[in-house]
Amino acid sequence: MSTLSFLIPVAVLMGIGGLGAFLWSLRNGQYDDLDGAAERILYENDDKPLGG
Amino acid sequence: MDELMLASRDLGDGLRQVALSVPDMRCGVCMVELETTLGRIPEVRSVRANLTTKRLTINWQADNGTPPDFAGLIGTIGYTAVLPTEGHEHLDDEISGLLRALAVAGFCSMNIMILSVSVWSGADPATRQVLHMMSAALALPAVIYSGATFYRSAWRALAHGRVNMDVPISIGVLLSFGLSLYDTFAEGRQTYFEASTSLLFVLLVGRTLDQLMRKRARSAAASLADMMPKGANVIRADGRVEYVSLNEIGPGTRTLIAAGDRIPADGTILSGLSELDRSLLTGESRWETVGPGGQVRAGDLNVGHPLTVEATIAPGDSTLAELHRMLEAVEDGRSGYRMLVDRAARLYAPVVHGLSVFSFLAWFLVTHDIHLSLTIAISVLIIACPCALGLAVPMVQVVAARRLFKHGVVARDGSALERLAEIDTVVFDKTGTLTQYDPMLVTGTWNGPLDFSLAGSLARFSSHPMSKVIADYASRGKAEALPLEDVREIRGNGLEASFRGERYCLGRAAWAANGDGGDRTAAASTIVLTRGGQVLASFLFGERIRAGSVKAVQFLKDRGIAVQMLTGDVPAAAFSVAREVGIDHVKAAALPKDKAIAIDALRGRGRNVMMVGDGINDAIALKSAHVSMAPASGSDISRSAADFILLNGDMDGIRVALTTARRASVLIRQNFALAIVYNVISIPLALSGYASPLIAAVAMSTSSILVVANAVRLEIDADALSLRRAQTDRLAGAVQ
Repeated sequence: MSTLSFLIPVAVLMGIGGLGAFLWSLRNGQYDDLDGAAERILYENDDKPLGG
Repeated sequence: MDELMLASRDLGDGLRQVALSVPDMRCGVCMVELETTLGRIPEVRSVRANLTTKRLTINWQADNGTPPDFAGLIGTIGYTAVLPTEGHEHLDDEISGLLRALAVAGFCSMNIMILSVSVWSGADPATRQVLHMMSAALALPAVIYSGATFYRSAWRALAHGRVNMDVPISIGVLLSFGLSLYDTFAEGRQTYFEASTSLLFVLLVGRTLDQLMRKRARSAAASLADMMPKGANVIRADGRVEYVSLNEIGPGTRTLIAAGDRIPADGTILSGLSELDRSLLTGESRWETVGPGGQVRAGDLNVGHPLTVEATIAPGDSTLAELHRMLEAVEDGRSGYRMLVDRAARLYAPVVHGLSVFSFLAWFLVTHDIHLSLTIAISVLIIACPCALGLAVPMVQVVAARRLFKHGVVARDGSALERLAEIDTVVFDKTGTLTQYDPMLVTGTWNGPLDFSLAGSLARFSSHPMSKVIADYASRGKAEALPLEDVREIRGNGLEASFRGERYCLGRAAWAANGDGGDRTAAASTIVLTRGGQVLASFLFGERIRAGSVKAVQFLKDRGIAVQMLTGDVPAAAFSVAREVGIDHVKAAALPKDKAIAIDALRGRGRNVMMVGDGINDAIALKSAHVSMAPASGSDISRSAADFILLNGDMDGIRVALTTARRASVLIRQNFALAIVYNVISIPLALSGYASPLIAAVAMSTSSILVVANAVRLEIDADALSLRRAQTDRLAGAVQ
């Protein structure tokens, strides 16, 4: 029980971290142009996203 | 220019942002080219191309506040840029909303699942209580936030007195969550948190896939509105030229249409001689020559010289707008069609609800234990809840759509695939669908080698498609290049030049032979070379049968599908094409209205008709048919009316689409059968009170996996199909 009491919160917090990361990336436009990103890697430009 | 200014968004500090839609951005090279070209303008701070949405986002800052000519610059490197119309963002928002809901549901259900495993493996009552509490806390966001889509849809359906799949889902999820919450605080043994959240998760996966498919289809049928001008240069009474927005243009307004501009409203040409690209409306790639007094329609693109046009009606009443309204008014050919899922739901929902109520009453009568009866009733609801059913259809449709996309066919939505599988009659349009307007030299006659060489040399001076064909043919036919003098191109008529002191003309028969340039309506299918009105050589042009047309017709006939042709062209031309592709049933000289009437007549006889057409005159027929297809080269209006778009213009797409649709409908039925088998096994278990949450979870996930795996079979089968086809093609090639 005592191990559970900190292991479960740790696990849940890590999950929340992952969820937060996904929601952040969604809002940041990381999934806006999946086709473009696949092509961009072929060109050697100094490539910075517009929002960043 | 002013358009750009209006569309720019102020980012502060004089920095402005504008989004341009570039429909012909297709690859990485296009992206890089656009970005580097625009990046070189000093006013541009940053520029970013998006290949998925085919948009350019430009941040710019100009001291004098006027934006650089972005569209013009993009035009010089061979792309077209237009200002996007609002309305697309709505769909994007919906998808990212679904993704967010999906992420939340996924996170919650996975965590609850892990906690539930420890409960099932035998936690002591105190730990169990804690784990249940945590599960409840985790389930709350999923049930409230992720489930909202389903509750809204269910509520809408109920408010209209209908029942859809979302009704049992919503009731199941909410009831099970409520009961589990009660059990958590009453220290019960079982909760159904993981069942309700994973149900939401799986169903959201299905819904998100469905939305993504629609988005792809919509971007393929590039919106008509995007192509329309947002304003025009108006000539004021005092001679000033001013840029105004569309709603200030009315009858009598004089507009100046520069080369490269679209006509904003139907009108009459006052001055100027030019050529118009009317493909937006008609789908014909052939340019039309127009002069003073000529009629123009909104949406025509001026490709030649500047024109002064007097509008006869306001843009909102123009032919284009009128057509749009007509299309909306035509009762959608499939509005009566009910999706398979909805039909299933109509049967399914009452059965599930009935069973659940029945089990509650039966158990209550036997045991007089409200809690136990309620638990069993809810477990029936949850177990029978269409987890696999929710995936059964979208999963297959998405795999099928992906498959089709690889073969150059875009499906507008899932129901189009279902309808395609049911067709028994196909009606083709001729021009632009079975044939391609791409001038092809049918025959050429000339008096002597000198005349032939003259025609070839003269044709080389023009970039007109027909001249190109003649020049090409001449250079292959060993024609000499002759030194011509004083070459002049008379737009819309032809070319003239001097050779050894004599004047030669090459061009439209009427003009070159009689010097009559007035009559511009006759179809220019014969080009002649003349000297002083005497015909020396003549070239006859015809239309080319589109790649795969013959094969597609043959394929349809082999499948026992009736094939007909419905065209506005003259009977002679229609019959010759029909003979060539193998269609027996032809109706020629049909007006747009006749086309729609013919389709309705066929439907009235109980036929499921597929219409394949490209032009503006097919749009209503496309909409009233059971299912419709349009080649991507067709007019914009036909593309937005059709269910399927053939991207590479190969009629072979019909074969691929039909085979895939039929496979998909078989797989969907198999999936339904799987889901029913699952229910037949699990519902009795639930009714008899043996369905623990563990059994529910296992049964639900296995059935979902089975259904998904079955859908993926479509991809494998289709691969085998394309392989077989490649082999037969090779064989055919070897024979030739």
